[in-house]
Amino acid sequence: MNQPKSQKIVPETAYLKIENIWKAFGSFLALKDVSLGIKEGEFVCFLGPSGCGKTTLLRAIAGLDLQTQGKIEQAGKDVSNLPPSERDYGIVFQSYALFPNLTIEKNIAFGLENTGRDKLEIAQRVAELLELVGLSEQAYKYPAQLSGGQQQRIALARAIATSPGLLLLDEPLSALDAKVRVHLRHEIKALQQKLGVTTVMVTHDQEEALSMADRIVVMNHGSVEQVGTPNEVYCRPATLFVADFIGEMNQLRGFAKNAREVAIGTTTLACNKHGFPEDDDIVITIRPEDIVPHSDTEPDPKAAQEGNLFEARLKEMEFLGSFWRCRMQSEAFDDNEIIADLSINAVRRLSLRCDQILTIELPAAHLLAFALPVDQA
Amino acid sequence: MTVPQPDVDTLPAGPIIKGKLSRDDILMRGGMAVIALYLVITLVLPLYAMFSKSFSTYRIELTQYEVQVSDEAGQFNTPAFILANLNQQYNTVPKEELSTGSGGRLGATKFFPDFSFRSSVMYRIRNLHDAGRFLIGSALKDDTDWHELDSNTFRRVQLRPVKSTGITNFVNYFSTPALFNSIKNSLLISIISTIITVTLAFWFAYALNRSCMRFKGMFRLIAMAPILVPSLLPGIALVYLFGAQGILKGLLFGASIYGPIGIVIGSVFFTFPHAFLIISTALAISDARLYEAAVSLKASPWRTFWTVTIPGARYGLISAAFVVFNLVITDFGLPKVIGGQFNVLAVDIYKQVIGQQNFEMGAVVSVVLIIPAIFAFAIDRLVQSKQVALLTARSVPFAPTPSTKRDSIFLIYCSVIGLFVVGILAICQFAALIKFWPYDLSLSLNNYQFDKMDGGGWRAYYNSIKLALLTAVIGTSIVFFGAYLVDKSNGFRGGRAVFQMFAMLPMAIPGMVLGLAYIFFFNNPDNPLNTIYGTMAILVVCTVTHFYTVSHLTAVTALKQMDREFESVSASLKQPTIKLFSRVTIPVCMPTILDISIYLFVNAMTTVSAVVFLYSPKTALASIAVLNMDDAGDIAPAAAMGMMIFYTNAAARILHLIISKGFLKRTQAWRER
Ligand SMILES: Nc1ncnc2c1ncn2[C@@H]1O[C@H](COP(=O)(O)OP(=O)(O)OP(=O)(O)O)[C@@H](O)[C@H]1O
Ligand SMILES: [Mg+2]
Repeated sequence: MNQPKSQKIVPETAYLKIENIWKAFGSFLALKDVSLGIKEGEFVCFLGPSGCGKTTLLRAIAGLDLQTQGKIEQAGKDVSNLPPSERDYGIVFQSYALFPNLTIEKNIAFGLENTGRDKLEIAQRVAELLELVGLSEQAYKYPAQLSGGQQQRIALARAIATSPGLLLLDEPLSALDAKVRVHLRHEIKALQQKLGVTTVMVTHDQEEALSMADRIVVMNHGSVEQVGTPNEVYCRPATLFVADFIGEMNQLRGFAKNAREVAIGTTTLACNKHGFPEDDDIVITIRPEDIVPHSDTEPDPKAAQEGNLFEARLKEMEFLGSFWRCRMQSEAFDDNEIIADLSINAVRRLSLRCDQILTIELPAAHLLAFALPVDQA
Repeated sequence: MTVPQPDVDTLPAGPIIKGKLSRDDILMRGGMAVIALYLVITLVLPLYAMFSKSFSTYRIELTQYEVQVSDEAGQFNTPAFILANLNQQYNTVPKEELSTGSGGRLGATKFFPDFSFRSSVMYRIRNLHDAGRFLIGSALKDDTDWHELDSNTFRRVQLRPVKSTGITNFVNYFSTPALFNSIKNSLLISIISTIITVTLAFWFAYALNRSCMRFKGMFRLIAMAPILVPSLLPGIALVYLFGAQGILKGLLFGASIYGPIGIVIGSVFFTFPHAFLIISTALAISDARLYEAAVSLKASPWRTFWTVTIPGARYGLISAAFVVFNLVITDFGLPKVIGGQFNVLAVDIYKQVIGQQNFEMGAVVSVVLIIPAIFAFAIDRLVQSKQVALLTARSVPFAPTPSTKRDSIFLIYCSVIGLFVVGILAICQFAALIKFWPYDLSLSLNNYQFDKMDGGGWRAYYNSIKLALLTAVIGTSIVFFGAYLVDKSNGFRGGRAVFQMFAMLPMAIPGMVLGLAYIFFFNNPDNPLNTIYGTMAILVVCTVTHFYTVSHLTAVTALKQMDREFESVSASLKQPTIKLFSRVTIPVCMPTILDISIYLFVNAMTTVSAVVFLYSPKTALASIAVLNMDDAGDIAPAAAMGMMIFYTNAAARILHLIISKGFLKRTQAWRER
């Protein structure tokens, strides 16, 4: 981690270059100095809480709502102020926006007409696309006669019919129920890989982003918090916001000691290298699944000091199917609650029970330090 | 570790991106500009012309003419004098005669009581200023040269007025009780009619929505029937019922039907469907859950009515009240037919313009009439927007439970109202088919020989159909296209807001005012568009504009229900918007398009107020023929023509229903799952 937060320098080789984009709605800034490079063939997800500006950024890329300032370049061409019809992309909206009075076939063919293709070519291409999304039998039905998932795939087929250089998806799965959604995730991802089309997808579902994206752009309040692979944003969050937004995270108030040590109250912990000067107030984080339970009830002090071993009391255990969520308390952390997700295996091996005292290890490699959020500083 | 960046909260200095317009953007803005221009020419400019007319005064200025008179021998021995001084001395022409209209002229000989065109006296006349104007025959003299004329020629000298701007006309208006009394009269009949109509319509709508009585469908049809006839038709029926020869005259106990009583009864008839429709919608959307709550709280029906029903329908009631008020105060046909000596604003405009050719005073009355009309319109819009907010909240429709006593009371009530409506129409039809009321009640078709009467004959009827069809086709195209452009084009906020405003304006402008404004604007010889004056074209334009707002709102409502991303998808697929418009938007909105067409058709058939100023002998209309035949005393043929309008409209509605049903059936596949 510890990479600089702002990626102001967009790589020259990027297929889609977004440089210093600002978007103002009146006095409200929906996008603040967003810069980003997307490589050819890459699948990128915009992820963030509701209202953070994901859709706004996508619509700027599409030319549907122009950015107030900033430059957008696609395939080496400056498209900053071009209308949608002069850009090169296909788009799928949350509502799918299928034309209700046209058959599935006509919907898909809509963008193929007036492009110099003759009727036969169009029919062939439509058949090919229907095959691709697995809906060949539905060609003569109307959108209202299809299920949500099928409609979604038709919208996708229509968007890629003309083989655009860029595919934009705005929450394409959010109108579907959970099971269909999981299934379609894989389908879309497979399709994207097959076609190799550069894809940008907006979502507020982190699972969706983690499972589909090559890279994730985490956004908050109109700014990019971090750009990275799913693994990077999960394991090495750049900011406390990212750490908190993606997955579960224990957060403990503390202060910096030296570059590799932090303290919570009187307890000193070894941790990842950080850049805070001594005595700076910080937040120390660790993911629940990174906490390691140990069998020895009373670790010897020296080992404890070096290995970040602490004694804790198990307050509450909740069975969540594939693991146990354990809430514990430790004097070492001023009796702050710590959550640990322990494998069924570990719980069985240590025969853990409520109110039991056990030793836990907070591996230094997984302990991260962040500045206090502004409102708590 | 990273140090958080301070939140950047201001846009950096620098140019704001200006989007390049696509071809479609340009086309759409161009289209919007064209339709906006249409509204400017057919609405804004005429209204402007009317306003400026109301502030223009024309006066013959005697101070600017100098005259010299010779002796019998033709010698000019006496000095020249200014006409004003002469008139002051002998006072031959009273002051009032000097105030006139833009077309006013005054014979110069009037100032010489002992003038004789056979005498050998010579006259000289000249303007003292360049502004002065007089005519010798038809030649305008506006120089300051002397013109020497023999008495026979001097007879043909006409003084012309000069124009000044100010509120003189308004001062005159408000100092003439005969004129400003109409304000009181208009308000009086409008308020009384509003109270009666809204009350009756409320209970009627209540019966249809909240009871389990029988024949609901039939009552609904009957309640809507008055929309199909001109507003003056009930006036004719009332004449037959309560007039000098009326069969029910005794019921009035000596009061005359000609006057407020007749106007109010007729107004209740023709405004009933409007009030019924609005209130019915309001009642239909009110939430059943509130009634369940009231029942579970053991509230009495009376209490439930006042705490649940009335508040739930309040926007509907207020909206209905203002719509009815507006309809009555701006109506011209009915008070013209049955108003007698009871003057109202709309008729005053007609009298000033057609009767006295005083266009300026007509404009003043128009301005006076616009004020309550705009006020009522504004309140209605405000209330309607609140009602829409209510509509979007998910509510459960109310399902009434049968109750023998309540249902039969409502059945009796609705039957009485139904009888009133059907009765009025039946009387007209009956009167039309009778030889000579009330002396010879044998049936005959004599009254349908319109060609033998004044008013335009059968040609007027065919003209009306032509007007209605043209209005429906042209109007629907303009309105729907305009609504599409204003709703779906990108950016261009200011332009769209202005367009919306223009589209809302016609509803606030009474028909009489619009018609008069058209005279001022299109009958101006300096206006290149004046070639359409007196043609069918101006009638179509006027009718489309007159009924623009409701059509526009209907279209916008339908368009708003379309996915707003259709245009985005189409653009991303690089397809022209016109393709989307014709292949998707029009088919999906076809039911609405048909609704707008029938609305325009029916209104074009029945309208009187705007077109009464604009028809020519060649373009006489059926509704105007009803008015004129009634005026000429041919009441039975007037009733016959009125019923022709009714049957035509009824047939058009049935046809509309069949086409709509057929269309829906054909497209059912994509409408239903
Ligand atoms: N047309 C607009 N006018 C004013 N403010 C707007 C407009 N469109 C969006 N916003 C504001 O901009 C911010 C970002 O909106 P955006 O739609 O991009 O959010 P989002 O990240 O897509 O959220 P969600 O997950 O809810 O879709 C929001 O605070 C929103 O209120
Ligand atoms: Mg969004």
